Amino acid sequence: MGRAYSTIAFDPAKCDGCGDCMKACAQAKTGTDDVARSRIQIYGRGDATEKDFELALCRQCADPKCVTVCPAGALNKDGTTGVIGWDASKCVDCLLCTVGCAYAGIALDETAGHVSKCDTCDGNPACVPACPHGALKYITTANIYNEVGDWEDLFAPGLAGCQGCNTELLMRHTLRRVGPDTVLATPPGCVPGMGSVGFNGTTGTKIPVFHPLLTNTAAMLAGIKRQYKRVGREVQALAIAGDGGASDVGFQSLSGAAERGEQMLFMVVDNEGYMNTGMQRSSCTPYGAWTSTTPVGETSRGKTQDAKNLPLIMVNHRCAYVATASTAYMEDLYEKLDKAIAASKTGFAYLHVYSPCTTGWRFPSNLNMEVARKAVETNFVMLWEYTPQEGLHFTKSVDNPLPVTDYLKAMGRFRHLEPEQVEHIQKKVVENQKFVERMTEHAHVG
Amino acid sequence: MDRATEHTKYLIAGSSHAALEAINAIRMHDPEGSLTVVTRDSHLPYSPTVLPYVVSGKSAPARIFLRDEDFFARNKVSYRPESALKALHADENTAELADGSTIVYEKLLLATGASPAIPPIPGIDTVSYHVLRTLDDALKLRGAIAASKQAVVLGAGLVGMHAAENLVKAGASVTIVEMSDQLTSGYFDKVAADMIEQAFRDAGAKIMTGSRVVRLEPTAAGAKLTLENGTTLAADLLLVATGVKPEMAYLNGSGVEHAQGILVDDRMQTTVTNVWAAGDCAQARGFFTGTQVMNAILPDATLQGRVAGMAMAGDPGIQEYAGGVPLNTYHFFGRHAISVGSSKVPEGGEVVTRFDEKTGHYLKAIFGADGCLSGIFGVNEFFDGGVMAQLILRRIDLTPLRDRFVANPLAVGREIMSQTWR
Ligand SMILES: Cc1cc2nc3c(=O)[nH]c(=O)nc-3n(C[C@H](O)[C@H](O)[C@H](O)COP(=O)(O)OP(=O)(O)OC[C@H]3O[C@@H](n4cnc5c(N)ncnc54)[C@H](O)[C@@H]3O)c2cc1C
Ligand code: SF4
Ligand code: SF4
Repeated sequence: MGRAYSTIAFDPAKCDGCGDCMKACAQAKTGTDDVARSRIQIYGRGDATEKDFELALCRQCADPKCVTVCPAGALNKDGTTGVIGWDASKCVDCLLCTVGCAYAGIALDETAGHVSKCDTCDGNPACVPACPHGALKYITTANIYNEVGDWEDLFAPGLAGCQGCNTELLMRHTLRRVGPDTVLATPPGCVPGMGSVGFNGTTGTKIPVFHPLLTNTAAMLAGIKRQYKRVGREVQALAIAGDGGASDVGFQSLSGAAERGEQMLFMVVDNEGYMNTGMQRSSCTPYGAWTSTTPVGETSRGKTQDAKNLPLIMVNHRCAYVATASTAYMEDLYEKLDKAIAASKTGFAYLHVYSPCTTGWRFPSNLNMEVARKAVETNFVMLWEYTPQEGLHFTKSVDNPLPVTDYLKAMGRFRHLEPEQVEHIQKKVVENQKFVERMTEHAHVG
Repeated sequence: MDRATEHTKYLIAGSSHAALEAINAIRMHDPEGSLTVVTRDSHLPYSPTVLPYVVSGKSAPARIFLRDEDFFARNKVSYRPESALKALHADENTAELADGSTIVYEKLLLATGASPAIPPIPGIDTVSYHVLRTLDDALKLRGAIAASKQAVVLGAGLVGMHAAENLVKAGASVTIVEMSDQLTSGYFDKVAADMIEQAFRDAGAKIMTGSRVVRLEPTAAGAKLTLENGTTLAADLLLVATGVKPEMAYLNGSGVEHAQGILVDDRMQTTVTNVWAAGDCAQARGFFTGTQVMNAILPDATLQGRVAGMAMAGDPGIQEYAGGVPLNTYHFFGRHAISVGSSKVPEGGEVVTRFDEKTGHYLKAIFGADGCLSGIFGVNEFFDGGVMAQLILRRIDLTPLRDRFVANPLAVGREIMSQTWR
């Protein structure tokens, strides 16, 4: 399988044009303070009143034009790091690469008399820590994909998800991580809808899977786990359920299993509604959202109640592990998945993953991660974890959250909102944040 | 099937830029289909563009190859050097090779590039002269340069100028003879050409523009050239660099239509089914003219090779060729010149120039009546040629930014890039 690579990401909204990254690069690469020689270049817009900054930096293309036009074979993509390397001993200074690249990723260093380009400083880019505003990040999430990509995919190759849905990613990653010695419960919802329970007498997974009722997922899984234990076989008990099944009609069996400390990992894929059956509201649907049962018309303006905070309720069961996660933050998700698996060996582990729904939330299928990221950046959802030993703490704190409108306007289900409704949601976001913050202060330890 | 007749799904004639990009494109979509590359050359693939540096000694001949044997093995490509395409029988999907064998193909790409055009000067066949297109040419020329005291370069295009610089640096006395009245015409305007000319004169080269050679005769040391005005020149080394002509002699009788080059559509298909052409041998849409033109430059060869490969493999991701934009870079005596786009001023268009004689920075930008960039040329003024080409191809109206753009095309070009296609 192909490799994924680490990359330098730029967030123009955080940049104030100070140029510290360029100074750091010039120092690292040329030993001078001549920022013209920096391989990362920040440009303020012409209109100085507008605080917006532009970037020229090699993107280490998968399909690098600079390489294809180099007549000397002086440029090459490194198969391990993905970096496009420049070999000074082969370069003939013809500048053709600067004509091939559409991104100004390779340019003439007039002082040196040769072209120069970013090489990510061998995986330790000098520019990134130099940025005082966190506008540059070195994203190493690729390491996860490379590691996990080598493990066996335990889900069927083809599945019937909606285009752009991140649930497939969750299922494949989670199953790879738990491994083949697993029994999987998938109650009615998008996961079986995509094919976990299979077609024509064969399952959609390469591990035993069953399709409990919405009401009894945790109870059935607990029984199966206990039976395996009785016969002396160590298996991972795993449920992947939707928010409807977990927070509404399945709640009593979930709560019971948590309270009894059944040894399992219960993962909730929260797309804030019954999306598989036609986008009905659930108790996890947020205030104001359109669903087919909270329609938008002359009198009604979407859901009129706030969402139930299921993960906080699970904290109050004092489970062995409770955490919230987002597919926009895979490194964070993976750490939590590991901890949850470990905790499920001795007790009940609960992982709540926010899962934007392209179809039900009404946004373009290429924007799932963007929507998931905006949810976190506005504090609409918060990423934290809880153990009885260490209490609750944030794993990704958002100190200067974006206005919640940045999240709301990213999708169609909030398009109709009146200003009062937006105000209500913003107030709830602040209130939720304070609430969780207070829980971190008075972390229950014991 | 006759045992001597091989069959291949994809046949590519030529092994340079256009061919290599086509291989990539085909393998991206069809990892398995049999693929055969036949080429006239006896080496692994290399670029003609690197040859001036082989001549100067900057590039070691053993290190210029763009692919190794392993690449062909990994990509399941049968690579056959020294097997030029001799005749094409398109009605039978058959290619006849110089070694007498034939290959039946399903899809054929003609990527045979170009060869030096030899001007019909009386006596030219009686003297020995050099050209520069293949590695063998370069190695021969490199040997001759070391011994040359008095060299003449015919033609002041980029190939001739490069070689002339090498000769000057090797210590020969060099004369450049050019028919048109400026150097590097077609690439750079008069101001830029004058700067280039000055650099060559400062280095001791003789430049005779507006001069036509009417006769060539062999001498003991080499050759004697007679110019139209009666002047004679003696040369112990004569390099003919008066342009190129597409390599397509094998087309005779094949039914594939050709004019200056092999005529192709926006998917690089020729007028015959199952036959495509790309690179220096092809005559494809010109971005500025809309009609089919020759644009024999390396970046275009790669682009056309990719389009052809995708078309041959039936890749649905294909993007049709938008038309060739001239792009040239030129390094001379430690200075550089870049030209992107057309030097013709379109109707209602406008030319803006800026020239600092002290620093030798020269910039010329040409805008169309619609405010879009149509050409930009610089000497000692670095800008990102690839960004400029995108500004042209995307037809971005620069009217509101024009003054800033002309003052600093590097920064403003990048700013637009970052806002528009980053
Ligand atoms: C000295 C020099 C300097 C140059 N400098 C520049 C520059 O600075 N910038 C730029 O953009 N361009 C430059 N060029 C032009 C550039 O090299 C070409 O545009 C480019 O190489 C075209 O690639 P191609 O694949 O179409 O053909 P070519 O590179 O010409 O390759 C043709 C291939 O076909 C093979 N072949 C020929 N006839 C046959 C046949 N009958 N059967 C089978 N195989 C055959 C040849 O062996 C070769 O492998 C330069 C060219 C030269 C010679
Ligand atoms: S230099 Fe340009 S073409 Fe090359 S990898 Fe970087 S961004 Fe891509
Ligand atoms: S300047 Fe060097 S790296 Fe760039 S294309 Fe030319 S030889 Fe290759």
